[in-house]
Amino acid sequence: MDFLNAIVLFCNFVLVPATTYGAQLALGALGITVIYRILRFANFAHSELMSWGAMLTLFMTWYLQSVGIHAGPLPTALLALPVGILGAIAMALTTERTVYRFYRKQRASSITFAIVSVGVMFVMAGLTRFMIGPGEQVMADGQRFLIKAVEFKRMTGLDEGLAIKTTQVITIAAAIAMAGFLFWFLYRTRSGKAMRAFSDNEDLALLSGINPDRIVAIAWILAAILATLSGTLYGLDKSYKPFVFMQLLLPIFASAIVGGIGQPVGAILGGFVIAYSEVLLTYAYRKFVTYLAPGDWKPEGLLQLLSTDYKFAISFIILVIVLLIRPTGIIRGKLL
Amino acid sequence: MSFLDATGMSGGYGTGPDIIHDCDLTVEAGEIAVVVGPNGAGKSTAMKGIFGMIHLREGKILFNDRDITALPPSDRVLEGMAFVPQNNNVFPSMSVEENLEMGAFIRTDNISSTITQVFELFPILKDKRKQMAGELSGGQRQQVAIGRALMTEPRLLMLDEPTAGVAPIVMQDLFKRIQDITASGVAVLMVEQNARQALAIADRGFVLVQGKNRFTDQGKGLLANPEVQRSFLGG
Repeated sequence: MDFLNAIVLFCNFVLVPATTYGAQLALGALGITVIYRILRFANFAHSELMSWGAMLTLFMTWYLQSVGIHAGPLPTALLALPVGILGAIAMALTTERTVYRFYRKQRASSITFAIVSVGVMFVMAGLTRFMIGPGEQVMADGQRFLIKAVEFKRMTGLDEGLAIKTTQVITIAAAIAMAGFLFWFLYRTRSGKAMRAFSDNEDLALLSGINPDRIVAIAWILAAILATLSGTLYGLDKSYKPFVFMQLLLPIFASAIVGGIGQPVGAILGGFVIAYSEVLLTYAYRKFVTYLAPGDWKPEGLLQLLSTDYKFAISFIILVIVLLIRPTGIIRGKLL
Repeated sequence: MSFLDATGMSGGYGTGPDIIHDCDLTVEAGEIAVVVGPNGAGKSTAMKGIFGMIHLREGKILFNDRDITALPPSDRVLEGMAFVPQNNNVFPSMSVEENLEMGAFIRTDNISSTITQVFELFPILKDKRKQMAGELSGGQRQQVAIGRALMTEPRLLMLDEPTAGVAPIVMQDLFKRIQDITASGVAVLMVEQNARQALAIADRGFVLVQGKNRFTDQGKGLLANPEVQRSFLGG
């Protein structure tokens, strides 16, 4: 019985939240990867694009709620998502047209592009805060829990409860669906194959009659879809706060690089590596060990390796270790 | 009027000095024309000039009685030209079949019969069609590169040193395939380092030196020319 309690406790506080967080990071890292593969630069503005898309989704959610449209047990934000995605696509294509295209035509170096994207990041962040304000906003509504801890306890008779939030299930399902769509697009459609060809050998792609402007536009559209989805899912799971997204940039980049920059499968793997590391290293294992330990022995401390304040330091440390030991990442990607 | 008539080409890279000076190259329909010459003679540059990949300061290119001098490369592909660069001429992380599909990117009709033809010409590619092009040997990769170019069903195939870096026995095989391609009615213009073997299969040969035409004759004529032998074929 104690053993089962330990497992349920672990699932409730580590496995489920880390998997959800991993799915959010994976979607964000996929967006970084798509832009890196096609435009060959590290897009620092990606997390602000997430914020922008999530904000527009939130505005639309409020509008829908005000006219009395709800998605039943699901969060209303899911209905509002298409509007957020369209707005993010518009934003991405506007920056491409007004900012990045200029540097693209000059064949600027990737470091120039990265610095330019930092500028775009600040503009987007300012615009977002200007429009919605810096405060915290609640995005989720509808039925909050799929399984409540109390119900779980009653059903199983265990001391520990397992709570699964609706948003957690939605996050994981949406991440799987989106990753599936991305791979289908890249490997089965003409445009997707043209994107891979362009990323493989730009000159030969031009000789084959592939239009670079079109490929770049598709890359931005994919990045905007991924960004809005991951931003909204993050907001639903926790809450929407504009400042969070600048902090999210580090774990997202760490995911993309740890997995192997430019490799979509790597981005997904990296997202989960970072998420599990963060949660596993900051979780306090006292109760968990108490259940497993024989007799009534209790550990004295919290058995927490790192305070949760150091959450972001973990992705940073993993990033540094990977860059030192295996700079190409888990799946051999390109060097940044 | 020749099938391809490039006359008086002068130009170089960017704003740099001219690499080729008043260079002429012609190809008749269904024949093999070979451009040979020492390193740095401007052979590849002349090819790029014909395909519109560099800006020609002077010169005129007539293809199939049409003036294509001002067209960008992608439009020249539509006119029926195809170009196989010397390096980086495949999509390495894509399968052989996907490479061929990308070659036919500008086509909107059904490409399966052309893929079949390419597989008939290069049977090894059919066996390896699911394999990444980057994992193939040098000779096989050249076959993928030529196959990719053939996917638009061109009437003029331009090859920049197709046998660079492949084993001699593979080179013989590639030349044989190039003759097969010509037999199917496609004209071939190629730049070659292996001058003797290339001229042996050429209907027409050009010797370029320092960006200028030095000798122009039938392939056999150049092989028999004592001066060409002494200077460029190693005696």
